[in-house]
Amino acid sequence: MSRFEPATVNLEFDKRVGDALQDQELRANFRGAMDFLMGKRAAMFPDKEGLEALRTQGEAIRNRCLSQLPELLEQFEQRCTENGIQVHWAETAQEANAIILEIMHKHDATRMVKGKSMASEEIGLNHFLADHGVECLETDMGEYIVQLADETPSHIIMPAIHKNKQQIARLFNQKIDGVEYSENVDRLIGIGRDVLRQKFFEADVGLSGVNFAVAETGTLCLVENEGNGRMTTTVPPVHIALCGIEKVVESLRDIPPLLKLLTRSATGQAITTYFNMISSPRKPDEKDGPKEVHVVLLDNGRSRMYADKQLQQTLRCIRCGACMNHCPVYTRIGGHAYGTTYPGPIGQVVSPQIWGLHTAGSITKACSLNGACGEACPVKIPLADLIRRLRYESNNSEPTSVPAPRGQGALRKRSEAVTWKLWALLLHKPGLYALALFIATRLRALAPRRIGPWTRYRSAPKPAARSLHELAAQRSQSNASSQEHGRHE
Amino acid sequence: MQRAYPEKPAQVYFFGTCLIDLFYPEAGMAGIQLLEREGVKVIYPQQQSCCGQPAYNSGYDNEARKVAAAQIACLQGGLPVVVPSASCADMFRHHYPDLFADTPLRKQALDLAARTYELTEFLAHVCKVRLVDHGPAATVAIHNSCSAQRGMKTAQDAISLLRQMRNVAIVQQERASECCGFGGTFAVKAPDISNAMVQDKCDNLLATGASDLVSGDCGCLMNISGALEKRKETLPAQHIASFIWERTQ
Ligand code: SF4
Repeated sequence: MSRFEPATVNLEFDKRVGDALQDQELRANFRGAMDFLMGKRAAMFPDKEGLEALRTQGEAIRNRCLSQLPELLEQFEQRCTENGIQVHWAETAQEANAIILEIMHKHDATRMVKGKSMASEEIGLNHFLADHGVECLETDMGEYIVQLADETPSHIIMPAIHKNKQQIARLFNQKIDGVEYSENVDRLIGIGRDVLRQKFFEADVGLSGVNFAVAETGTLCLVENEGNGRMTTTVPPVHIALCGIEKVVESLRDIPPLLKLLTRSATGQAITTYFNMISSPRKPDEKDGPKEVHVVLLDNGRSRMYADKQLQQTLRCIRCGACMNHCPVYTRIGGHAYGTTYPGPIGQVVSPQIWGLHTAGSITKACSLNGACGEACPVKIPLADLIRRLRYESNNSEPTSVPAPRGQGALRKRSEAVTWKLWALLLHKPGLYALALFIATRLRALAPRRIGPWTRYRSAPKPAARSLHELAAQRSQSNASSQEHGRHE
Repeated sequence: MQRAYPEKPAQVYFFGTCLIDLFYPEAGMAGIQLLEREGVKVIYPQQQSCCGQPAYNSGYDNEARKVAAAQIACLQGGLPVVVPSASCADMFRHHYPDLFADTPLRKQALDLAARTYELTEFLAHVCKVRLVDHGPAATVAIHNSCSAQRGMKTAQDAISLLRQMRNVAIVQQERASECCGFGGTFAVKAPDISNAMVQDKCDNLLATGASDLVSGDCGCLMNISGALEKRKETLPAQHIASFIWERTQ
């Protein structure tokens, strides 16, 4: 998976899932990692009521900010501009890429270092820049590993979580000149550091994501552990921040509760090693920092999500990844199987809305609606409900919201639609249902031993000799007659 | 927040669920008998069929609504509705109000939602049953459905009922709260993932060495015991109502 190709998501989804399930090493890596992360999160929230109160607060903050999103974005732009940060608006991925390339061109820049940014994965920035002669180096250790392997991230917080240390040792040994095979984790990190250190100083531009964009002050907040985010945003002469439009919060006061939820839910940390706040380019009396700071505000389908009251909840997401960590499906197939930038439960909700149901709607079927994701989500996004809603939109073509989700109705299958029509006919007419029950119970000996995919892995259930309908009717009759009896005696 | 429970009513409706109707009627009967033993008269509306969840979860809302409306129609009249499945109870309680949100049936859907109880919840909190165990010693693994754990939050009620049983020891499985992989149509639409999930569930259950498996949802039971059977392993599985009824007579 060297490149995210939206066109292949629906088409190759089943194959990807099949391959992932076959890969025992991958499955062991994910199971171990997810168990570990679930344990870490649980340890961070020993007090159930406290967690609930914090989640309620987080949800309320995100809802309040979203309810004023247009105004907050304007305020954010204004404050940034006053602070000397240049603000750009990108409606699509193409626009965002073009804006970034133009900034690079303006500075004759050919080398970029990147901090972690899922939004940049979303718009396919690395490949776009590579096609235009710009070298783009990932500096987050996980992202760096994934880039070396010519893969995409398999998790939004831990991009290389699908690899174990042996695999990383092999990769470093093969891809980095003069590096010997070593499974020592500290040694491996040291190797990565040595490579990256030099690159920070050579880069013309540093690009980062944004965790929170504060409207009141025009501040970009960046949460990270490795210090590479700080290097990326301060060492090169130009810093570009790529920010989804939903990331804006009203004031600095909104951040502490969200940050608490973010770090604890994501990696089980009370706080991260670095919390960067960027409010302006380097000032005349300052010794370091970039001379220029740009923010690219990315829409790419977000205002469409915003238009629908239920789907708008998608935008509350603070990208902690907890829903993935707690998802029994993600745990088994890993992030690459989804074939989209955003995997797991939030990916099943976000991806089809960004790329359209006709492109990425199929991934919504990889969900048993068990609800573990929504239970873990720090801002209480009802992920299962949204996944179900998108399934509905996939095969429904009546307009629901304006504008409707892209690709609405594109996955409708005639045979399936007919099956459900018959099902409804049978079950809403009591006479028909009773007849069907009667036939099924009387002909139980003829019950099929194979029922499609069900019996590939399980034996077929056998109809009972008498349905509950019959047994209950008999019982109430005999009750009634014994009461009759009782009265006469 | 805990739900406020009413006094024990004289009568209730029993909603059997389509799976129980066809495949596990003895579980339905056990539920009815447990309620009647507590002095609650049980009415089983013959017009009932299915809560509509299979279509709803597959994203066929119109079809689900059609079937759901038929249930609303036969469960009218203000009586509590007792459902021997957290999953179907969850459909009544939480999804009908959404399904009928912008329709004339909205009020009735909300009314039904407020009257709906999962069987173990009703037995524990409304009937406040006291169970006397006459069965042989058993070590029981409980599988709580995802709806019991998250939608209805009644998982604890099944446990508390089993705890009343003198000769029953509850054994813990690893990753007890993880989904068994049934998910209604999920098992058919994503069969390989579902299989990976149910195989792990079987492994974890067998590892407990339990003598019996008990669950409040027949969907999960059908999935787990179907997979065990295919593997030619035995772990007798029953709906919790059957299990309790058989031991307490
Ligand atoms: S949906 Fe919730 S749990 Fe998942 S990444 Fe977003 S905030 Fe985290």
